[in-house]
Amino acid sequence: MGRGKSFWSISTSLVLCSTLLFACSNNANNTNTPSNSPSTSADTGTKETNAGQTNDGGTTGNTEKKVITITYRDDGIGEQGVMYKWIQQLAENFPDKSIEIKATPIQASEGDYFAKIALALKSKDTAPDIVTEDTFILNSDASAGYLTPLDDKVSAWEDWTNGSFIEALKKGVTASDGKVYGVPYNTDSRGLWYNKELFKKAGLPEEWAPKNWDEVLDAARTIKSKLPDVVPIWMNMGKATGEATSMQTYEMLLYGTGERLYDNDTGKWITKSQGINDALTFIQTINKEKLGPPLSKVLNGQAGNTSTREYLPQGKLAISLDGSWITGNYLEGGAAPWPEYKDVLGFAPMPTSKGQAPGSITLAGGWALSIPANAQHKDEAWEVIKFALNKENSKKLVIASGNITVRADVGSDPEYTQMPFNQIATDYLKNAEFRPAQDKYPEVSTQIQTMVESVASGTSAKDAANKYAQDVTRIVGADKTVEK
Amino acid sequence: MSSIALNGAAKRKRTWTWLYFLLPSVAIMLVFFIYPILLTVFYSFTNLALTGEAAKNLNFVGLDNYSRMFEDPTVRTSIWNTLVFLIGSAVIGQQVLGFLIALLMKNKNKWFRRIIGTIVLAGWVTPEIVCALCLYSFFADEGTLNAIITSFGFTEVTWLYTVPMITIILANIWHGTAFSMLVFQAALDDVPSEIEEAAIVDGASKWQVLTRVTIPYIKDSITTNAMLVTLQTLGVFGLIYAMTGGGPGTSTTTLPIFMYNQAFVNYQLGYGTAISLLLLFIGIILSLFYIRSMKE
Repeated sequence: MGRGKSFWSISTSLVLCSTLLFACSNNANNTNTPSNSPSTSADTGTKETNAGQTNDGGTTGNTEKKVITITYRDDGIGEQGVMYKWIQQLAENFPDKSIEIKATPIQASEGDYFAKIALALKSKDTAPDIVTEDTFILNSDASAGYLTPLDDKVSAWEDWTNGSFIEALKKGVTASDGKVYGVPYNTDSRGLWYNKELFKKAGLPEEWAPKNWDEVLDAARTIKSKLPDVVPIWMNMGKATGEATSMQTYEMLLYGTGERLYDNDTGKWITKSQGINDALTFIQTINKEKLGPPLSKVLNGQAGNTSTREYLPQGKLAISLDGSWITGNYLEGGAAPWPEYKDVLGFAPMPTSKGQAPGSITLAGGWALSIPANAQHKDEAWEVIKFALNKENSKKLVIASGNITVRADVGSDPEYTQMPFNQIATDYLKNAEFRPAQDKYPEVSTQIQTMVESVASGTSAKDAANKYAQDVTRIVGADKTVEK
Repeated sequence: MSSIALNGAAKRKRTWTWLYFLLPSVAIMLVFFIYPILLTVFYSFTNLALTGEAAKNLNFVGLDNYSRMFEDPTVRTSIWNTLVFLIGSAVIGQQVLGFLIALLMKNKNKWFRRIIGTIVLAGWVTPEIVCALCLYSFFADEGTLNAIITSFGFTEVTWLYTVPMITIILANIWHGTAFSMLVFQAALDDVPSEIEEAAIVDGASKWQVLTRVTIPYIKDSITTNAMLVTLQTLGVFGLIYAMTGGGPGTSTTTLPIFMYNQAFVNYQLGYGTAISLLLLFIGIILSLFYIRSMKE
């Protein structure tokens, strides 16, 4: 009996052991065959589309009807989202009724969206017809061969050639091979949003324009001592907030020191500089003196929504270093309607570290509509893009989302200019800096997020900077880095 | 055992027939198990990435991904975190607690066993992700635990940020203890009461009976169970990812989380596959260790 038992225990353990190890390697396998991996929402999206196509191609009579899918990021509010509503409007108004426009959102945190997109674009079965691309990753996705060059198409499009699109912003959609891979639909600037009512209560000026970082910190310290229940300053600091951490927080600080991420003259990434130390020390100070939000709020993927949709409108946050678009949330029909925002909020420029020229700084980004290389209906997709980004439709989108327009004709439209803060946000663009148009930038950016989160959770600025230097060197190669 | 005499040809035929029956499963293993593993090994020597130039033109980079692992301090942190998580939640937590529950339930009345058994099993039958969300809401800032302690006048603690490792260890213990309990229950039921009674008659204390008679008797079950929970815990991803996301910083980044981050957050698929092989390697080493200690 004892013998039988040990036989069974050994054989079952062997079987289970191999299945468990199989489970491990299954993970590994996922990395190899990206089409299995987490892009479920994209998968379903396109499957539905395919189903739609087969149905339409059947006996329904609508034999010609083609479904054009548009994929974008849904941050969790689904059909309440600006993008969803806008696509529904496009679908209703699109003149060619043989084409059906369909929203196929990917519900993901900002950090996950780009990985899911990359996976979806790899295969004909999962690629949408139109995809919204953040300009920071557009270059990288273009080098990966995921996107269709649009040069022939844009050169035949009057709106593109007659100066309706602001020339400088076309650079954001031109990859390093000189080809155009998308049509931009918005841009943005960044600065310090502040709550004037809280400033008044704390005895700070209601028209606030800090001259340097110390004045920002001093204001935060005053808030902390006078209004202990209020979070003095919010900056996104987690890996989960992805590009928001890199751009709104770190790069706003780094570029404010006069330093850059990438040296355009030598074509090298800067891995060590006083600027990096200063930027990280600022973040360290915020956390050491407890001037920022609790880590449990700021290190998760919802941090951006928590600050703009809860803390700021509820008067629980005094200063927020964030993008010009956050007001889109407060409009009627937005995610967190707050009609008083135009009187309560102020939008101060982010000063340079010591107030050196040009005095203030902003980073500008933006989004574009692109056609994946694996898209099924490229010509129809282009027709949809032309319609979607004509003057009327692109105006609707930027107004509803609170973004800055990339079209000069929308920029001078009264309906657009009367929106509060639009003028001031556009003014900040004069000193705008852009992220390096390098295909390694997205990978470097994730290292920035790791670095910022580690400083926020207690690692010293020096250690975090060393680790960053090491990781960036590995990604871009030692011959492409420089220390300053 | 009686046997029927077989002539040579029939014997030979029988030797080969088993192969035909095995063929489908061998084929499935090759396609879904061996081939992906080989592919993983192959990719781990390349710079495969999710986006950028490397996504289009795959380059062979030799041992770069592996040498990088040795230089990367996060790998060391992840290995350390994996071991802490493994020993804390599986080897000690689930095993000891499971054993204690099984021991305390031994020879108790049927209803007591049924009720306690069902309660413990609830953690095991709950899907991992549901379990993670339950425990997240338990430990969250406005969660159950803080509601309880504040009602007693204590101040709130941000559990998931001040003691993240302990929260995920407790979560995994809560989730997995039932498995060890079941294994030990079955093993303890197999211990003949005569042996234990004989030891008591010989004057052994309860502690001596437990350590000298009962535990040596179920030694094989203990080792088998240790191996199973170790391998299960080594691959835990969803629970940690949903509760802490591997953070704050890297304080709960175990190897599976690190692998995912490298592959799908940092877009470095090649490096991710190399880390997955490290994980596989650790799994194999630990299994060999257990199998060996079972033989002794």
